[in-house]
Amino acid sequence: MQSLPLKPPRSRIHAADLSADEFAAVEAALGAHRGRPGALLPILHAIQDVLGWIPPGAVALVAQDLNQTRAEVHGVVSFYHHFRSTRPGRHVVRLCRAEACQALGARALEAHAKRALGIDFHQTTADGAITLEPVYCLGNCGCGPSLLVDADELHARVTPDAFDALVRRARGNGA
Amino acid sequence: MNTSVRVHVSCDASALALGAGAIAQAIVAEADARGVAVELVRTGTRGLLWLEPLVEVVTPVGRVAYGPVTVADVRALFDADFLRGGAHASRLGAIEQHPFFARQQRLTFARVGLVDPRSVEDYVAHGGYRGLRNALAMESSDIVQAVIDSGLRGRGGAAFPTGIKWKTVHDAAASPPPSATGSEPSKYIVCNADEGDSGTFSDRMLMEGDPFCLIEGMTIAGLAVGAEQGYIYLRSEYPHAHRALEAALANARAAGWLGADVHGSGRRFELEVRLGAGAYICGEETSLLDSLEGKRGQVRFKPPLPAIKGLFGRPTVINNVISFASVPIILERGATYYRDYGVGRSRGTLPIQLAGNLKYTGLVELAFGVSLRELLYDYGGGSYSGRPIRAVQVGGPLGAYLPESQFDTPLDYEAFSAVGAMLGHGGIVAFDDTVDLFEQARYAMEFCAVESCGKCTPCRIGSTRGVEVLDRIGAGIERAKNLALLDDLCETMRHGSLCALGGLTPDPVVSALKHFPEDFAARTAGAGG
Repeated sequence: MQSLPLKPPRSRIHAADLSADEFAAVEAALGAHRGRPGALLPILHAIQDVLGWIPPGAVALVAQDLNQTRAEVHGVVSFYHHFRSTRPGRHVVRLCRAEACQALGARALEAHAKRALGIDFHQTTADGAITLEPVYCLGNCGCGPSLLVDADELHARVTPDAFDALVRRARGNGA
Repeated sequence: MNTSVRVHVSCDASALALGAGAIAQAIVAEADARGVAVELVRTGTRGLLWLEPLVEVVTPVGRVAYGPVTVADVRALFDADFLRGGAHASRLGAIEQHPFFARQQRLTFARVGLVDPRSVEDYVAHGGYRGLRNALAMESSDIVQAVIDSGLRGRGGAAFPTGIKWKTVHDAAASPPPSATGSEPSKYIVCNADEGDSGTFSDRMLMEGDPFCLIEGMTIAGLAVGAEQGYIYLRSEYPHAHRALEAALANARAAGWLGADVHGSGRRFELEVRLGAGAYICGEETSLLDSLEGKRGQVRFKPPLPAIKGLFGRPTVINNVISFASVPIILERGATYYRDYGVGRSRGTLPIQLAGNLKYTGLVELAFGVSLRELLYDYGGGSYSGRPIRAVQVGGPLGAYLPESQFDTPLDYEAFSAVGAMLGHGGIVAFDDTVDLFEQARYAMEFCAVESCGKCTPCRIGSTRGVEVLDRIGAGIERAKNLALLDDLCETMRHGSLCALGGLTPDPVVSALKHFPEDFAARTAGAGG
C-alpha cells in the first residue's frame, strides 16, 4: 500500500515549540547520528549535551526523523534517569546515594545538601544556579561521599563544609 | 640536567577527585620556573587510593613514589630533589614493594598505573598485543578452547564460563536474516561497561588506566567467534573513562590494531563506544542490548540467549570489561598459566575493590581464595572511622550483608553462594558500627523501586510495597504480621522476577534481617505504633 504524505514538514510542526538554537541543536544531533544502528540514544545524548535537557518539541522532531512514534521516543527519554525533560539550572550537582558513599556519611550529606539549597532532588534553586540530582554510583567508592558537578568535575570525601564551598563557587562563576 | 625526567601523575577519576589535576599543573609550573626539564605522563592509578594524589618519578634506580602529595608540597619536593628520588616526608619508595601492593597478583591489572593509557607504543612496550598476535596465528576454535581451558568465568557477577559463551556464538550460524543487506554485521561483540554496582570501580580503573587491554580482549573475541563489529556500552556516569576509551580507540585504529586489516592479518574488527543513560538495569545483559538498539532498557525473556539471538537479533558475545581484559594474558601465557591461580571452580584472579568505610581502599588483584577478613584488615587496615566493622556488603546493591561471623568466608563463587551471599563483581563495601541495617534494607527496596525496568510485577510493584512493609515494621505496626508479609514478598520477588534486580533485591533485605535483627526493632522516632 502506498503511504500517504500525512506528516507536515518538520519546520512547520516545531517552529512554535523550539527556539532557533534548540532547533539547530536537534538538527545537528540528527545529522550526526541518524544513520547509525540504534541511533536514538546517541541522538538524545547529543541534544542534551548541548541544551542541558530534551525539550518536548525535540521529541516530536526526533520521532518524525527516525520514523518512530512520539510515544516511543518519549518512552525512551523518560526511562533513562540521565535524560531531563525540564530545563536544569546553570550547574547540575549529582550526589551519590549508593551504599559505599552511605558508609562514609552520604545520608547526612544528602540531608545537608537539600537543607542548604532549600530544594529536593530533581529541583532547581530559586536563583537558577543549582539543580540537585541523585546518582547511583560514580565509581569513586574508595573515597566517598562523592558528587559530580556538571559534566566531569568529580569530588571525593565531600563534607558538608566542602559542599557549601562548592556551591558558593558554582554560584560565583555564574556561567 | 638536559635529559628530561619522567614524572607520573594519575589521571584516574578518583585521583582527579582527590586533586591529582592540580598536582600535575603545579609540577609543570614549578619545573618551568626552575628551568628543569620534566616529562609529565598521566597514567591510571596504581589502586592505592588513600595515597592519591600519588607522584612517581622515574629514576635510574627505578620508580620512586611520593604520596599523598598536596599542592603545597610541590615546591618542597623540588627542593628535596625528588626528581632524583630525594628524601621527603611523603616519599614511599617503590610502589611494587609497598605492603598493599607487594602481595598482589596483578595479571589483568599488570599495566594499570604503569603505562600511558593513550599510547599504543607504551602498551606494546609493556607486553600488550602479544595475546592478539598469538590469536591471529590460531584457528578460531582453538582460541575458544583456550578460553574454556583457562576456567575464566564472567567477572560481571553471574560467573558463567566465558569460553562456553564464546563457543555458543562461534558455533551459531552467521547467516543474516532475510531482511538484512549483505553489509550488515552477522555477529557482534558487546562489552558490558555499565558498572553500576556500588563499591565497584575496577572496570572504570581498567578503562582509564589500560584501555588497550580491553580493546585487545574484544578483538580476540571477534577473531574467536567470527564477529567484525564490537560495542562498548559505557555508563554515562563515567566521563573520564569515556574520554580514555575514545582516545585509545582512535590511537589503536591509527596504529592498525583496529579496522579493516587488524595488524596486517586481513581480518576486520571495528569497535565503538556507546553511552548508557543512567539506568542501573542496563547492566543486565538483555536490557543492555535493548538499550544499544535505541530502546528502553527492558529485560528480555531468555531463551533465546544473546549468544544465539542478541544485538539486532544476531549471535552476540556479551561480557564484562574484566572478562574481556583477562583474555589477552590467557592467549599470551596460555590457559594453564591463568588456570593455575585460584581455587575450586573459581580460577584465575579477581580484581577486588575495597570500598566504603575502610582505611586503605582501592584495588587488590588476587587469586580466588583469599578470605574476606584478610581483605578487610590486612589490606583494608580496618575501618576508616576507627570504629569496629559491623557489616560488609559484597557484590553490589543486590549482595547480602555479611556479619563478622562470616568474615572468614573465602572469596570463591561457590563459598559465597553457600553462605547465601554473592561475590558478584568483587566489590566490598565495609560499614562501621554506626550503620543501621534496617535503613540499609529499606534502601535496597527503594533502590529497586527506582531502578526497576517495570517488566515484572514483583519487581516493579513489590519493591514499593517492600518499602511500605519495612516502614510499618519500623513503626512497630502489627510487627509479626508484617514480618511474615515481608518474607512472603521477598519469596515472590525472588521467584517471580525475570532478572537479578527483582530476584536478588531480597538478599540484602533478608540477610540484614537475619544477621542484624536488633536493628529491626520498632524505631523510637517512628510515627504511630
